[in-house]
Formats: sequence, structure tokens, C-alpha cells
Amino acid sequence: MIFLLQKTLIFTIPLLIVALAGMYAERSGIINIALDGIMIFGSFFGALCAHILRQDPFFVDHNQLTFLIAMVLAAVSGAIFSLLLSFSAINLKADQTIGGTALNLLAPAITLFLIKLFFSKDALEMETAIGGDGKPVDFGFAILNEDMNPVGQVFFDKAYLSTFIAIGLFILLSVLIYKTKTGLRLRACGEHPQAAASVGINVNKMRYLGTTVSGALAGFGGYVYIATVANGTASGTVAGIGFLALAIMIFGNWKPLGIALGALLFGFLKCLSVIYTQINIEIGGEKIYFLNDLKLPMYFYNMIPYIAVLIVLAFTSKKSRAPKAEGIPYDKGAR
Amino acid sequence: MENKKTFGEKCAAFVRKDGVRSVIASLISILGGIAVGFIVLLLLAAFDSDVTFSQALKGILIVIKGPFSSGSADNMLFQIGNMLFEAAPLVMTGLSVAIAFKTGLFNIGAPGQYLMGAMGALVVALSLPTDTIPSWIVWILALLAGTLLGAVWGAIPGFFKAHFNVNEVIVCIMTNWIAANVVSWVFLDTDFINTPETKINFIKKTSSNGVATAKLGLDKIFEGSYMDISLIIASLVAIALYIMMNKTTFGYELKACGFNRNASKYAGMNEKRNILISMSIAGALAACGAALWVLNGSQDFKWNTYMSLPAEGFNGIPAALLASNNPIGVIFSSLFLKFLNKGGANLSAQTPFNEYVSQLIVAVIIYFSGFSKLFRDMLAKKLKGNEKRDGDSLKAKGGKKE
Repeated sequence: MIFLLQKTLIFTIPLLIVALAGMYAERSGIINIALDGIMIFGSFFGALCAHILRQDPFFVDHNQLTFLIAMVLAAVSGAIFSLLLSFSAINLKADQTIGGTALNLLAPAITLFLIKLFFSKDALEMETAIGGDGKPVDFGFAILNEDMNPVGQVFFDKAYLSTFIAIGLFILLSVLIYKTKTGLRLRACGEHPQAAASVGINVNKMRYLGTTVSGALAGFGGYVYIATVANGTASGTVAGIGFLALAIMIFGNWKPLGIALGALLFGFLKCLSVIYTQINIEIGGEKIYFLNDLKLPMYFYNMIPYIAVLIVLAFTSKKSRAPKAEGIPYDKGAR
Repeated sequence: MENKKTFGEKCAAFVRKDGVRSVIASLISILGGIAVGFIVLLLLAAFDSDVTFSQALKGILIVIKGPFSSGSADNMLFQIGNMLFEAAPLVMTGLSVAIAFKTGLFNIGAPGQYLMGAMGALVVALSLPTDTIPSWIVWILALLAGTLLGAVWGAIPGFFKAHFNVNEVIVCIMTNWIAANVVSWVFLDTDFINTPETKINFIKKTSSNGVATAKLGLDKIFEGSYMDISLIIASLVAIALYIMMNKTTFGYELKACGFNRNASKYAGMNEKRNILISMSIAGALAACGAALWVLNGSQDFKWNTYMSLPAEGFNGIPAALLASNNPIGVIFSSLFLKFLNKGGANLSAQTPFNEYVSQLIVAVIIYFSGFSKLFRDMLAKKLKGNEKRDGDSLKAKGGKKE
């Protein structure tokens, strides 16, 4: 059970943070369909940073510091990459779906091009590095605390620094968008930019803010994904997590609480599909692996999260409401 | 009005046509994309001592010469043949995305529809006995089965959009991954899987059952390539769609639905039905592309696909965007994308660069094509300056919302 919850948390965090990234962009009025691409871009630069740092024994010994630096760099590169989208969507008033699609194509192209050019292979893997004492150290950023009580274990054993940072950021940014002046202005630009402009809000600035925060979060999420879920391998793909996060965002009705619920539900079901063979209940001292005994192929369990989202959406969509001005370039003259 | 127009006026009148302006905008995007690709290579040459400037120049030339940069004449024909063959599924997925776009829907579900189409076609082509049924009938049945399955799969997002008002993007993404798992499940432990140890990841080729797309001698011209008539079929479909969208009431209704769903409803059109049908057609098209690909007879279909989605489905998006969603344009944009692709594939053999350069160029082209409205408006503005008389009609055209 502890194992299940630990795994769920690991699956949930990238979805959570990237869905929040999508929310920030869309609440400011820019559809960020490029989340997947930004994740790929950020994950590559995070991995590259970790790879370079790990040449030095100091950073191999101080694993968490390496992780932290790589995370920050991933976020920064994601933010910079997202400027391409902001520029086309805000300054040039281009179609945001096209701009986003272009970024989704561009990110794997650039990363794979560079990986193949400099490393002569198709994926950048975080391999074992030599520590300060001359001994090889495996790649991995998990913090181990095995002698804790069960509740503590869920959060603090086999945990990642990124999990706490992500949860902290999530709370901070959720408060920011609802309880501060800047947050209110940002949301206003996503609902009715002309009205926002009429009271002196700089719409373009707010939209830049929204997409840049979005880019930073997506880059961060991308690196978290490859460092915690994908064995530290940057291979020009994040298995469609960016698109899934987009779905979670819509599922969560463009609200932080909904997103958190959606990400948890999805993360849990996704996790179930990975470890269903190990789930058991003890009856009379005998362990029964009831899901494994059903003899259904894993594909069945793989489908469950997606089907569950569809079913929930079918029942809840009547209340669904996207930001009114999302996807529409801001035109000063329009009423 | 004067009867005789000067050459400049004729040019202006020509450029003022909407279609012509779209083409010009696309060409500008293409040039821009190639320029950026060249700059990237030059930057590498400037900062990486292993790469020289002449290699950068050679690299970009190889990409833009496409299959013509392959070295020998035989190899060139082989690559052109493969380019033409591979363009066919891309045309179909491009059409799929374009038709949905015209109805105001973003069909990001093409990969899932593609997988379902491949599955339907493969199952029928490999299970019907060709010793009792003529193989061309099996071929047609397989194509229809794949297409039909895709139509059903595409209808799911359409249904959710029309009746539950669920964003089609989210349903498309979900159905993609469901399809990837369904296909793997259907093929798991079946006789369809290739038996030899090395090919265990792939489904048997349809030619093993004697089912393959007609070649009409085209494979003789492009020797050794996979070339068959699938591109001709895809082009005919594109022309049919063009006629449907532009010359029929139904096509008009779809477009009206795309411009303004509520207005089309107000005008008495059944907008829910239109959304459903549009997504079904989109699904059918993507699936038909997949069916054409597997029915070639010599293609390896990876069945255990639950971890990844076919790139061909996603590539339909750039093909459609580059063609401004014009069905005829999709034929050319797909050919162009495959052309660059072949050029990119030739890179690693002759330069220190690799095939991802062509992907990078395509991405930048799509990025620029997002500005096509800007380019078109700029063009319109310039003409307006030249000819003040026609200013009003131009404004009406240039300001048209998309």
C-alpha cells in the first residue's frame, strides 16, 4: 500500500505541475498546446546540465545539489523556449495552435539533433559517475528514509526533492493567481482583455507573464519527469505527458483544485496499471494477488485511466468553462 | 472601367486572389524555415571546431535537394519512389486534420485513428482466405474495414464534443492512448504476429497472404522502392474532398459550423450532426492512410505499440497547416515534407549532421506559417497603397476572420 502511494505521488507530480503550467497560460488567454515540446526542451537541458555537472566528483557526492541546479536550469530553458510562443502569439498575433504545434515539432528536433551531434546516440542517459571517494555512484536522486512510520514513508521514503518543490510551487502559484492583484489581472486578460486594458492593465505584459510562468513550470515538469519516472533518459520525448497534462487541465476545469484532483486520480490509475501484478490482500495469512489472478493483459489496466477520464468528463462537462478569451489574439480595437 | 490592364495591374489582381496569397505566404514560410536551418548549421560551424562552414553549406544543400542529393542515379530513383509512397499516408492524415480544422475542430486524434485503421486493414487482409476470394476483393475489403474502424474511432471525440460539449482535444488524446492499447491487445498472442525470432515485434506483411496494393509497373520505374498506386488514390480522395468542401451544401454546412457554431445552428443547420460527421470523416481519412500504408504488402507494422503513438498521425498536423487546410494543397505540402525528410536522411552519410535537421526546418516552417495571416495582410496593405480604388474590397478580404 505504501509502495502504491509512493508510486502514485511520483506519477502525479509531473502531471500536476505541467497541468498548472497549462492553466497559467490559458488563464492569461494563450492556449499553450506546446506543453509537451517545452517539457522535452527543459528535460534535455536539465539532463545536459546534470550530465556536465556529474563529470565533477563534488557534484556526484552532492547529488541533491546537482538535482536542484538541473531543475532550475530546466525551468529557465523552458521559460526561454516558451518566449517563441509568446512572441508569435502576442506580438505577431499568430494562431496559437499553429505556434504551439511548431514548438512541439521543434523541441524534439533540436534536442535529438544536438544529442546525436555531440553524443553520437539517440538518447542522453544519466550513467554512473565517479564520486569523490573514487567509487562509482549510480544515477538517482531518491532520498531514502526506510525507518519511518507508514505515513511518513509515503512522503519521505524514496522521495524526491522535486516532489516537495512541486507541491510548494503548486500551492504558492494557486494562491498567487487567486489572491493577489497580479493574479486577478492575469485572469482578467484571459476573460476580457479589452475590459482589462480599459482599467490600465497591460494585456501583453500579463500574457507574457502567463506564458513564461507556464514555460518555466513545463520545463521543470519535463525534467522531473525524466529524472523520476523515465530513468534519467532524455530521448526527445516525454511519452505524451504534456498532452495528458493539457487534458488534466481541461478535466480540472482550469482551476488548481480540480487539476490537483485530476492529476491524483490519473496518477493513481496510471500507477495501478504499472504495479497491478504486485497488489495483494491478505486473507487468513495468505496473500492473494487478485488483480493478477484475473489474467487480463496489462493493456486493459493501461486503458483504465484514459477511459475513466472520459467517463468523468461526460458527466461533468456541462459545468466546464474555458477562459473566454483564450486563443484569441488581443486586438485593442475590438469591443 | 478600362479594358486594357497594365502588367502591374494584372499582377496585382493575380496576387489579390486568396489562394494565391496563401501560396505566397507558404513559400515565404518555407524560405524562412530553410534560412533558419542554414543559420543553425552556420552557428554550429562557428562554435564547433569539428564542423566547417563548407560542411554547413553542403548540409543545407543536401536537405533542400531532397532525394536528389542521394549520390547515384539508382539510389535517387529509389528514394523518389519511397518518397512518393510515403507521401500517401501523410496526405491522408493531413486531409484528416484539415477537414476537422475546417469544421473548427482540432483533430489531434489522428495517431489513434491511424492505428485503428492499420489494425482493421491488417486483420481483414491476413485472415480472409485468398485462395477462395480474389485478392483484389480482399484488398478492397481490408481498406474499407480499416477506414470504417477509423470512422468509428473518430466519431468518439465528435460524439463527446457534440453531445457533452467536451473539448475535442482532450478526448482525442485519450482515444489515442486507448487505441494504442486496444491494438496491442487485439494482436497479443495471435497468429498475425510474425514468427521468426527477429521479427516478433511486427505483424506479418500482407503480401504473405497475397494481398498488396496494385503497382501498375511503378515499382519498375522506381526500382527497389515501395512505390505503388496509393499516392494516386490519396490524391483522388483529396480532389473529392475539395469538391465536397467547396461545391456541395454539406461542405458549406461544415465550413459554416467551423466559422461559427452558434450561427450555423441559428441558420437551421444541425450543428451536432455536422460535428459528428466531420470527425468521422477525419477519422476515416487518417485510418485510410494507415490502411494504404500496411496494404502496400511490404511494410512492418509494430504491434506492441502501447508505449508510443505513430508519428505519421501527428505529421498530418504540419501537412495540413502548411497547406492552409486546402485539400489540394495538402497533396503538395505532404510531398514537400517527405522531400525534405529524404534530404535529411541523406545528411548523416555525407556530413557531420544528422536527419533531425530536416525536422528542425519543418518545425520552423510551421512556426512561420502561423504568421501567414500577417504576411497576407501585409501583402494586401501593400496592394492597397498601390491601388487606392480597390481599397475597400481588399479590406473586406484582408480582414476576413479565419
